[in-house]
Amino acid sequence: MSAAPESLERLIELMARLPGLGPRSARRAVLHLLGKRGQLLLPLAEAMRDAGQNVRDCVICGNVGLADECAICADERRANGQICVVEEVSDLWAMERAGVFKGRYHVLGGTLSALDAIGPDELRIPRLVDRVASEGVTEVILALGATVDGQTTTHYIADRLPDVTVTSLAQGVPVGGELDYLDEGTISAALKARRGL
Amino acid sequence: MTAVLSRLALSHFRSHRRTVLDFDGRPVAMWGPNGAGKTNLAEAVSLLSPGRGLRRAAAEDLVRRPEALGWKIVATLAGHEVETWAEAGQARALRVDGKAATQTSLAALARVLWLVPSMDRLWIEGAEGRRRFLDRMTLSFFPGHAEAALDYERAMRERNRLLKDMVRDAHWYGALEAQMGAAGEAIVRNRAAAIARLAYAVANADTAFPAPDLSLTHPDRDLPQDAAALTAALAESRPRDLAAGRTLVGPHRADLDAVWAAKGVAARDCSTGEQKALLISLILANARALAAVEGEVPILILDEVSAHLDAQRRARLYDEIVALGAQAFLTGTGPELFEELGARAQYVEVAEEGGVSIATERPAP
Ligand SMILES: Nc1ncnc2c1ncn2[C@@H]1O[C@H](COP(=O)(O)OP(=O)(O)O)[C@@H](O)[C@H]1O
Ligand SMILES: [Mg+2]
Ligand SMILES: [Zn+2]
Repeated sequence: MSAAPESLERLIELMARLPGLGPRSARRAVLHLLGKRGQLLLPLAEAMRDAGQNVRDCVICGNVGLADECAICADERRANGQICVVEEVSDLWAMERAGVFKGRYHVLGGTLSALDAIGPDELRIPRLVDRVASEGVTEVILALGATVDGQTTTHYIADRLPDVTVTSLAQGVPVGGELDYLDEGTISAALKARRGL
Repeated sequence: MTAVLSRLALSHFRSHRRTVLDFDGRPVAMWGPNGAGKTNLAEAVSLLSPGRGLRRAAAEDLVRRPEALGWKIVATLAGHEVETWAEAGQARALRVDGKAATQTSLAALARVLWLVPSMDRLWIEGAEGRRRFLDRMTLSFFPGHAEAALDYERAMRERNRLLKDMVRDAHWYGALEAQMGAAGEAIVRNRAAAIARLAYAVANADTAFPAPDLSLTHPDRDLPQDAAALTAALAESRPRDLAAGRTLVGPHRADLDAVWAAKGVAARDCSTGEQKALLISLILANARALAAVEGEVPILILDEVSAHLDAQRRARLYDEIVALGAQAFLTGTGPELFEELGARAQYVEVAEEGGVSIATERPAP
C-alpha cells in the first residue's frame, strides 16, 4: 500500500504510536524530519538515544531522573513531611511549574482499574505505604483525577493509610492527567483548598 | 422553550445516501412502505440526544452499506448546529456549533423522547427495558442523571470484575462501593422525583389515554435510599455477590411497576393494545410535566404508533400533541393515518429506490 521505503515505514509506524499522532500525521512528521535532516532529524535521534540510555525511573517516587534517586528525592529541603500523589510524571511537572508545593511526590503510574487489570501492585501503592511508614510523613495529598477510576484510587489510598492525614485537592478542580492543562494559579488554589478525607 | 429541530441532513446514514429536510416546528408525519427508511430518519433524530439512539446501535451499524464509508448527521437543533458522525471503523464524534462536545451536553439543548415498536413488549419482558425507559424519562427531567448512571455503571463493572476474579482486597471493594453509593443515591433520588412528576402530570391531565400508577421495586429487599446505606448494603452483600459473580443489590436491579389505575390491573396483564396505550400515556405525561415544570417542550418520536390506534384515539393523540406544542415525529405506512392532523403538521413521504431512501416533502393529505 505504502510508497515509503521499508525503514521509513518502520519509523512512521513507531511515530504513529505516539499520543496525539495517527498514521497520517506520523507520515507528515517523518517527511518533515527528513526535510530537516541536519537541524532536526539527527539531533532528535541523538537526544532520544541519550534519554533512552540515561533517564531512569526514581526508585523511591517514580519520577524520572538521571540517577536511581530523582533530584527531588535527593533534595533534603523537600523532606517537609508532605507527599503529593499524582497519576503521571506530567502531573508532577505541572505541580512543579506552579511552584507552590514544597514537599515530595509519589507517581502512581496510572489509576486502579480492574477492567484493565491494573491493581494496587501495578501502581506503586505498596511502595507508597512503605514510604509513609518510613519517611516521617505527616500528610499525604492526593491529586488524582475526578474520573471514577481516579476517585476509586483516592478512596483506596485513603483507606490504606489510616495513620496519617490524607487530603485531596479541592473538588471541582480537574486533576490527574489533567493537571498538565491547568495554569499555576488554579493549581495553587486547589492545593490551598484541599480537604481531608 | 420548545425544542425545535429545524434542519436535518443525513449523509450515508443507514439507507439514506443524502437526505436534507427542513422543519418549521410543527409535528412531522412521515409515511412510506415498510423498509422505506422512516425509522432510520427517526433514529437520526434520536441520536441528537445522549446515548446510542432508539435502536441502541453501535456507530459502525449506522454506516450506509455496502459503501461503509462513514456517516454523518448535521442538524440545526434549538438554534445550534449539531454535527455527529463516525469515520469508517472509528467511534462516534460530536460537535456543537463547531466545537467538540460530549454527548451528555446534548441533554441541555433539547429533550428527545421516543416510543418505538420494540417497546411493545416492554411490560412483559425483563426489567432492564423498563429501567431504561424510566431512566430516559428521568434524564429528561434531570440532565445530570446520565452522569450519575455512567459513574455507577463504571464503578459496578469494576466491582463485578473483582467479583469474577475472586479478588479479596477489601479496600478495593470499599473504594468502589463508596462511589456506587454516592452515584446510586443520585440515581434513586432522580428516579423517585421523576416518578412523582409523572404521577402529578398523569393525575392532572385531560387525556384520552389511561392513567398508570407507577412504583419502583427491588428484588429480595428494599433498596437503600442514601449513599451511606447503599454503600453499607453493598459491603454486606459481598459474600453473596462473590458467589454470584455480580452485584445483586443496588439501583441497577430496580424495576418499574405500572398498574392501569382505573382497573387495578398490572400492566403486564393488560392486552397488547392496552399496554401500548399505557406507554403513550406515559410519554405524553412526561412531555406535559417537562412543559409545565421546566418550561421545556420535548421532541417526541412516535414510530408506528398511529397504526395501532382507532381513528378516534388517533385524533385525540394528535390533538394532545398539538396542544402541547411539541414537534412530534410520527411514522406510518400511509398518508391516511394522518388525516386527522390536517394542516397542523408537515408531511414527508419516504420511498426506497434501488436501495436508497428518498424523502420528499408533501402537502397535507
Ligand atoms: N447500515 C445500513 N446500510 C444500508 N441500509 C440499511 C442499513 N441499515 C438498515 N438499512 C436498510 O434500511 C431499511 C429499513 O429502514 P427503516 O427505516 O427501518 O424502514 P421503515 O420505513 O419501515 O421504518 C431496510 O431496508 C434496511 O435494509
Ligand atoms: Mg419502521
Ligand atoms: Zn524521586
